[in-house]
Amino acid sequence: MLAFWQTAVKNRDLILQSLGRHLMICAAALCLGVLVAVPAGIALSRRPRAAARILAVFSVINTIPSIVLLGLAMILFGLGFAPSVAVLFLYSLLPILRGTYAGLTGVDPKYVKAATGMGMNPRQLLQHVRLPLALPALLTGIRLSAIYVISWATLAAFIGGGGLGDVIWMGLQSYNFPLVFCGTIPAIVLALLASALFNRLIRLAQKHVREEVRR
Amino acid sequence: MNWPALLTAVATHLKITLLGVAIGAVVGLPLAALLVRFRRFGRGVFSVVDAIQTIPTLAMMTIVMLAFGLNDTTVVVSIALYSLFPITRNTYVGLTGIDAGTIRAGRGIGMTPLQIFTGIRFPIALPMILTGIRLALVTALSITTTGVFIGAGGLGMLIWRGIQTRNMGMMLSGAIPASLLAVFCELFIGWMEKRLKHSQ
Repeated sequence: MLAFWQTAVKNRDLILQSLGRHLMICAAALCLGVLVAVPAGIALSRRPRAAARILAVFSVINTIPSIVLLGLAMILFGLGFAPSVAVLFLYSLLPILRGTYAGLTGVDPKYVKAATGMGMNPRQLLQHVRLPLALPALLTGIRLSAIYVISWATLAAFIGGGGLGDVIWMGLQSYNFPLVFCGTIPAIVLALLASALFNRLIRLAQKHVREEVRR
Repeated sequence: MNWPALLTAVATHLKITLLGVAIGAVVGLPLAALLVRFRRFGRGVFSVVDAIQTIPTLAMMTIVMLAFGLNDTTVVVSIALYSLFPITRNTYVGLTGIDAGTIRAGRGIGMTPLQIFTGIRFPIALPMILTGIRLALVTALSITTTGVFIGAGGLGMLIWRGIQTRNMGMMLSGAIPASLLAVFCELFIGWMEKRLKHSQ
């Protein structure tokens, strides 16, 4: 424990830098994922038959072990930040896509009918009825992606992406186990924090839906 | 192409994966059955199992490594821990999601609680249980490839050596079988789930 603490203090700058880098990789991949997958999920919700096929393709992509895709990305795009973000982005797509799609198609048709009856056009319908009702499922998808991305970002170090994986790997290679934990513990805390944050958001969204529906 | 080395790697890969998921199932299935009986504990147990699931793979393996060292056992134990969530969760949902009328009918024709479990609950929950095992297996196959970083064997070794030496052939000789195994598991067990649901 003391050894761990001493190592942590000695490598403070390295740890903070890696944590920053880790956050940057995760945030970049996740933001790109949301920007692409949410609109794609909305588009898919209008085409259920195409949706089944596209979701199947992505679920096959997501079964491919992460280090395989990281290795391929390295060979195709070289080492560094961009290939790491590219791979994590690809993995983040499926849960968000699935969440958005499930949320939108799960909206009770009676609300859609009522809103159409009030004279809402499809855009208003999406903005004021379908998206708010789909929000809990959508956030569940983003939460899953965030957890995956944080976990796999530790592996991005192996193709030069940097981040907390760097610290873990340095420790493993030199059998310096306290240093390993200087990477491991922040990574775990980050994952648990992200999970708690999204759980909170999901609960808020659910509460919002319940109140809106009751009104 | 070095066939014997590849075959050994595939065998080790499968051994680690299957052993890990099997341990996860041996713990997770009874755990779910117990939770159905004692529902009060459900919330607590699931939040622990969910937290375990959230821990990044590499971080989990370095912690387990403290107890089991840099070898295959550490990967097996990590996989068992990760398998708990999908297996327990899906089994629980499968067992509890049964129409109350069906169970009452069973009781009405004089079935004992044990018979209700083995004759009604378990068969109806089976497709959901398989879903849990499929999710656990596919994740486990991916975790096994990462096991190379803490000194375990399997296909990850070929991939990692290929990456380090920039040897595309060697990388792919690990990557292709590793991906095929995962895709095969996903499709095959998915197909079994569908057949089971149909037969019901």
